[in-house]
Amino acid sequence: MNALKESMQAFDINSIRKDFPILNETVHGKTLVYLDNAATTQKPEQVIEAMNAYYRHTNSNIHRGVHLLSEKATQQYEEARKKVARFIGAPKTQEIIFTRGTTDAINLLAASFGKKHIQAGDEILISAMEHHSNIVPWQMMCEERKAVLKVVPIDDDGSLNMEAFEQLLSEKTKLVAIVHVSNSLGTINPVKDIIQKAHAKNIPVLLDGAQAVQHLPVNVQELDCDFYAFSGHKLFGPTGVGVLYGKESWLKDLPPYQGGGDMILNVTFEKTTYNELPYKFEAGTPAIAEVIGLGAAIDYISGIGMKQIETRESELLAYAMKRIAAIPRVTIIGTAAHKSSVVSFVVDGVHPHDMGTILDREGIAIRTGHHCTQPVMKRFGIPATSRVSLAFYNTEEELDTCVKAIEKAIQLFV
Amino acid sequence: MSELNELYQQVILDHNKNPRNYGALKPCTHFSEGFNPLCGDHFDIYAVMDGDTIKDISFEGSGCAISKSSASIMTSLVKGKTKAEAETMIEQFQDLVTMPMDQQPDEDKLGKLAVFAGVREFPARIKCASLAWHTLKAAIEQQPKAISTE
Ligand SMILES: Cc1ncc(COP(=O)(O)O)c(C=O)c1O
Repeated sequence: MNALKESMQAFDINSIRKDFPILNETVHGKTLVYLDNAATTQKPEQVIEAMNAYYRHTNSNIHRGVHLLSEKATQQYEEARKKVARFIGAPKTQEIIFTRGTTDAINLLAASFGKKHIQAGDEILISAMEHHSNIVPWQMMCEERKAVLKVVPIDDDGSLNMEAFEQLLSEKTKLVAIVHVSNSLGTINPVKDIIQKAHAKNIPVLLDGAQAVQHLPVNVQELDCDFYAFSGHKLFGPTGVGVLYGKESWLKDLPPYQGGGDMILNVTFEKTTYNELPYKFEAGTPAIAEVIGLGAAIDYISGIGMKQIETRESELLAYAMKRIAAIPRVTIIGTAAHKSSVVSFVVDGVHPHDMGTILDREGIAIRTGHHCTQPVMKRFGIPATSRVSLAFYNTEEELDTCVKAIEKAIQLFV
Repeated sequence: MSELNELYQQVILDHNKNPRNYGALKPCTHFSEGFNPLCGDHFDIYAVMDGDTIKDISFEGSGCAISKSSASIMTSLVKGKTKAEAETMIEQFQDLVTMPMDQQPDEDKLGKLAVFAGVREFPARIKCASLAWHTLKAAIEQQPKAISTE
């Protein structure tokens, strides 16, 4: 208890908020209250500065030139890869592939894994709470290869139905692709259990970590997942960069996704030899400044500590859940026992779209709609929700402002 | 709050709470389904046409206050009108919500439609306001397939 208290004292919210210049913006004449962190997170000065410094002092192409700037850029780019590997506990640096984001990472895996391992009649197992980016790439691949997409249902509280999961794991299942933390419900899935059960049948597992890495400590070795995907921009880094982690034992035999420069060792018109890992999967000039920015973001949050962030956010989430649930006419969608930083809700008599407009005029940014999870909306029989999503820089005061605005909207419409 | 009050005028709030001509109209001569995939708004328009006249019209579905009140007001306005009159109104409506802010809409000519002038301040909401009108156009022009505002 004392240790916890001490660690919470070290979490200096005022100095943290100063690191994020955008938190001082005014929106419609009001101080910005940014509660749309599941869509994208804000960037600390350190990230903005790292990218700025790269363009001012180091900009050049990587893995090519013998000149000093190219060497420096290559070194910074590869340094960022090491940071990512350490951050998620990957045993080997070459298991980290830079992509454009989570969507790109999943498309890479679906195309490459599909080509190598999927035959007609094989099954891919996903869940009913997946983001469209962990549905559509599998659907496309299944269609092409005449494979079958199977879906684990969710319970009324927004948790995964584990009984159904076990029943759906079959001899035909070739891959399980499951979201670590749901972006529309906030559910933290029992991924360790999922992985153990899949591995017991020799089935590899991809985790979509787009909503997990910024909220909880993630260690891919402890989880023993085979693949892990996430986006830089949801981790306080820039857009345009993401990561696919894969166990070397899987990645080394998978065919490349795209062809081009950097992914080759030798090219003749007769035959091309592919480069080693991870370059085999990184065709063309990558988003160098963005990768460096992602490295800076990882340095920044590692400085605070993921454990600290998790602890602070669980306090914030508990407060948000309590305050929002207490508003008359409000129903929270997603009440699983294990939840992270998302409060999705509907209000009897107020459409989410109108809620979003009213809150916006109060300076409050939330997301309204289906959150790229239309099957989740269908499951709960609603067209859309309003979603408050948190980051460690949010405060109880901001949530109070938000609750007041929600009450105001209800007054207007009901 | 003034722009918000412009958007959510009393008339709009009233039609949202108590929509007119709501519910399926069966049998009908004309029907169309309208979707706004971005926000999940979905309205069906039913019409009974007698020659060129819209004898009866109704709508059913779900959406935000702007899209719902727009559908409700639209049905009250076009009921009893000819197809040509309805088409003029559809055009007037479209012109209104896309008119630059510094231009004053002609309230005398627009009548009740003028309540949607406030939507112009909220570009993200123009699609909401337009959904029912697009759907009406599809219905009376007899293109009996689902249309969308995307
Ligand atoms: C759970 C989840 N998966 C995947 C994605 C897609 O991420 P990106 O758009 O950065 O590729 C998101 C983003 O909203 C998400 O929340």
